Amino acid sequence: MPVTLDSACELHPQVALRPEPFGALAYHYGNRKLIFLKHPDVVAVVRDLAQHATLADALIASGVHQDRWPSFVTAISALQSSEVVRVR
Amino acid sequence: MSADALVSQLKQGLDAPICLTWEITYACNLQCVHCLSSSGVRDPRELSTAQAKAVLDELRDLQVFYINIGGGEPMIRKDFFEILEHAEHNNIGVKFSTNGTYIDAENAKRLAEMNYLDVQISIDGTDAATNDAVRGAGSFAVALRAMNHLRDANFGPFKISVVVTRHNVDQLDQFKALADSYGAQLRITRLRPSGRGVDSWNELHPTQAQQRQIYNWLLAHGDNVLTGDSFFHLNALGESLPGLNMCGAGRVVCLIDPIGDVYACPFVIHDQFKAGSIFDEGGFTSVWRDSKLFLSLREPESAGACTSCGNYDSCQGGCMAAKFFTGLPLDGPDPECVLGHGEALLQSTRISLIPKPAMDHSRSVRLNAPTSVSVR
Repeated sequence: MPVTLDSACELHPQVALRPEPFGALAYHYGNRKLIFLKHPDVVAVVRDLAQHATLADALIASGVHQDRWPSFVTAISALQSSEVVRVR
Repeated sequence: MSADALVSQLKQGLDAPICLTWEITYACNLQCVHCLSSSGVRDPRELSTAQAKAVLDELRDLQVFYINIGGGEPMIRKDFFEILEHAEHNNIGVKFSTNGTYIDAENAKRLAEMNYLDVQISIDGTDAATNDAVRGAGSFAVALRAMNHLRDANFGPFKISVVVTRHNVDQLDQFKALADSYGAQLRITRLRPSGRGVDSWNELHPTQAQQRQIYNWLLAHGDNVLTGDSFFHLNALGESLPGLNMCGAGRVVCLIDPIGDVYACPFVIHDQFKAGSIFDEGGFTSVWRDSKLFLSLREPESAGACTSCGNYDSCQGGCMAAKFFTGLPLDGPDPECVLGHGEALLQSTRISLIPKPAMDHSRSVRLNAPTSVSVR
């Protein structure tokens, strides 16, 4: 299912995040892939996805300006295809 | 953030390594001529089981997600499975490198039952003659037997690891076919003049023409083959190969050796690249974050003699270990510089200036009794 602003998402349960100066490292224990989250704002949104009803709510909670929402939908979609994020 | 910006961030180092190599013993039943750690006999100072578990606890706290366990032959340690299980319980993924000797049916089954575990079998030829010339008589058959056991135990996709040499470079397609036949993943890495490789590198390292052959092969197959990003010196030949185009030593990777010493990477076991010990105050964490050596490796590097070459951004001056153990300056070209700048320098390097590895655990060579010839 493609990710939209209305999607209810969460961090994949098999993924661990490690904060780093550039954002975070995400490691998927299932497929053993390492993914770089290259912006601290993306990290903040991804970390809290499960606590919000929709992606839009998560973006509002993290204070992401609406102008940037399309790029976040793209980023979260990419993270969905690498199984860092999944639709719940 | 662009890929370049990420690389420049990574060069400044991370709070903890992305991945590290932990060699848990210098003992090995084989005596490969290119062994990067000159392994053979156990070192009496090697970590106890409790000390080994403490290393894993610290890595868990640092959120190091996965480690490479090697040696020596790591399965020689009696507490090998205990160490693996401790890593598994602490959510540390492990890939271990082995020559396969100790993977019998029972051990293969045990390995297959574990999570977060990768096994990497080393071979250096697709036939016994090519492989055994480097790894010792019978070692090819032993590796195949281990692969068969892993397949029969339904381990899943294990890895086959190959060091590319002058003598096996023509077998790259066959290595891939062999891996495919087992449903395994092929990993090929660069030969470094480290450990016993100091003595064998001259005869084993690929020729200039073969460097191009490796590059072309990786361009065609690189997406399905692991390389540990070890061939970035080839990028000066044209478009960049897949992977991070940088040396990760002390920035994103390092080595913990069997006695707990911490080096910048597995290929530089030498005092000049020793950052400290896990037994220093503050443990591994302090060594990683504060050691003079690692902090200096995270400074912007000088291109040195390569400044005037337009390809420096592509090749990054190559591999530190390859330069060091061939006696070349660290801020100059790689000995295998694809433009030939390293080769020219090697001609003028004096053998006496080539550093020797800090430790040698090779087994002593038993010479044949001299034949006595009597003359009248």
